[in-house]
Amino acid sequence: MFIVSNLPACAGVGFKPEHFRDILAAPQPLGFFEVHAENYMGAGGPPHAQLGALRERYTLSVHGVGLSIGSMEPLNREHLMRLKLLCERYQPESFSEHLAWSSHNDIYLNDLLPLPYTPQTLARVTEHIDEVQSALGRQMLLENPSTYIRFSESTIPEIDFLTEVSKRTGCGLLLDINNVFVSAKNHGAQPLAYLDSFPFDRVKEIHLGGHDEEVDEVGGPLLIDTHASPITEAVWSLYSHVIARAGALPTLIEWDNDVPDWPTLRHEATLAQNILSDASCASAA
Amino acid sequence: MSAMPAQFEMSFADALLNADRPVPCGITAHNAAIPTRRFAVYRNNVAVGLRKALQSRFPVVEKIIGEEFFAAMALVYVREQPPRSPQLTTYGDELPAFIAAFEPARELPYLADVARLEAARTRSYHAADATPLGADHFAGFDTDAVAGIRIDMHPSTEIVRSPYPIVTIWAMNSGEQELAPIENWHGEDALISRPSPQVEIRALPPGGAAFLLALAAGLPLGRAAEAALAEEPNFNLTGNLAGLIGSGLVRDIVFPQPKK
Ligand SMILES: [Fe+2]
Repeated sequence: MFIVSNLPACAGVGFKPEHFRDILAAPQPLGFFEVHAENYMGAGGPPHAQLGALRERYTLSVHGVGLSIGSMEPLNREHLMRLKLLCERYQPESFSEHLAWSSHNDIYLNDLLPLPYTPQTLARVTEHIDEVQSALGRQMLLENPSTYIRFSESTIPEIDFLTEVSKRTGCGLLLDINNVFVSAKNHGAQPLAYLDSFPFDRVKEIHLGGHDEEVDEVGGPLLIDTHASPITEAVWSLYSHVIARAGALPTLIEWDNDVPDWPTLRHEATLAQNILSDASCASAA
Repeated sequence: MSAMPAQFEMSFADALLNADRPVPCGITAHNAAIPTRRFAVYRNNVAVGLRKALQSRFPVVEKIIGEEFFAAMALVYVREQPPRSPQLTTYGDELPAFIAAFEPARELPYLADVARLEAARTRSYHAADATPLGADHFAGFDTDAVAGIRIDMHPSTEIVRSPYPIVTIWAMNSGEQELAPIENWHGEDALISRPSPQVEIRALPPGGAAFLLALAAGLPLGRAAEAALAEEPNFNLTGNLAGLIGSGLVRDIVFPQPKK
């Protein structure tokens, strides 16, 4: 059996344990919750108690941050088996990971690191995604990264790389519009031009989040993907543009650092829901 | 000249963990040949991210030595012993041993044991769930059989022994107890367990740690009581057994096989 990623075309929120009580106090008009897989890899305890309660009530998306799909080294099978266990335990409607690497030589670097886009890396990422999808028995979504540097050896545009991986493996794409904005600004490119050539028909989820603005040594903009603040006007307007062109898509608000109170976070989801449609998206798990 | 991607990973990873390395060649930006500040974003993400993982696991150690000292120590620890697994909730199991050998922390000889207690606390937090046996399971035992009983301990049970008052130090620095000078400076054995959703930490009575460690090692009650008596001549088996059950530390009891 091959489970296809299946989130409702509604606004959802990244789950933070500090919001657990607020979330359970009343039914939330949200399409789904998303959790970071690595936070639920212990055997038991409060994290699983919370996730179990959440899962009973809401549609669930599991988002991995540590699989290192973009690495040229073999995948960490132990970690893949932990993901499999988690997916079997909670049967999420969707599983996603990043076009990035985070482990090298058995060391876990705890960041989503960029890779050069070449025929060799394309072949390797394709192999890894085939391996993930067959191990999990489900389709995965691959997320476009936010990047700060480029590789001189890259020969394939990022969108072509993502599209080709999706064509070869059947994986869906997770379009992070904040990542598009951050990367474009960091590389002196136009986010709108990037979005207009994105294969929307392969997109199964959208991410929206906040970023910080710094400058590099020559005064150029250096945007950092921090997920520590509200979504900016520029990213909201790109989002409206995408929804107008692609139609309604499952949309996640990511706010992982300096986490605000629940009403503030839910407000961001309401803003996304308003752009998606006026229809209510109360979840049915 | 293009390098192999795997080499890129190697030099990238190496430069991330060692701040004195230059930006690896082949890395560029649209407005700079050598994008030092841009590369520094990754370096900073790695350092800050791993430090935060340690901070969230060892908040009392950080409270004791201060944010700055902890950050400096974390930087050295991360470089010497970076995580080997993406499951960061387990990162820092070796921090107590590292602290014990960390020269700048030498003036705080109890710090490593406090770190052991905190490491045990998170292990207990993430341990498997299990319903403890109720006290009624122990009623009406044949007293002769008691010595042969083995106890299957709740998976969240952890014991940390120390020649320092680690439970008191932990309680005072975690907000459980008011911060005050410790008048009676003596060793404390910590019992860490999670029979309910909350992790509980308390000091064991004399002989208690020897007793529980023997039970956890699979010894029958009689032998565990002997181990405890060797440390504490006044060790009270009935009282400690009642405490064991009352604290929800028993997942199951295993009766001796009848002799043929
Ligand atoms: Fe994202």
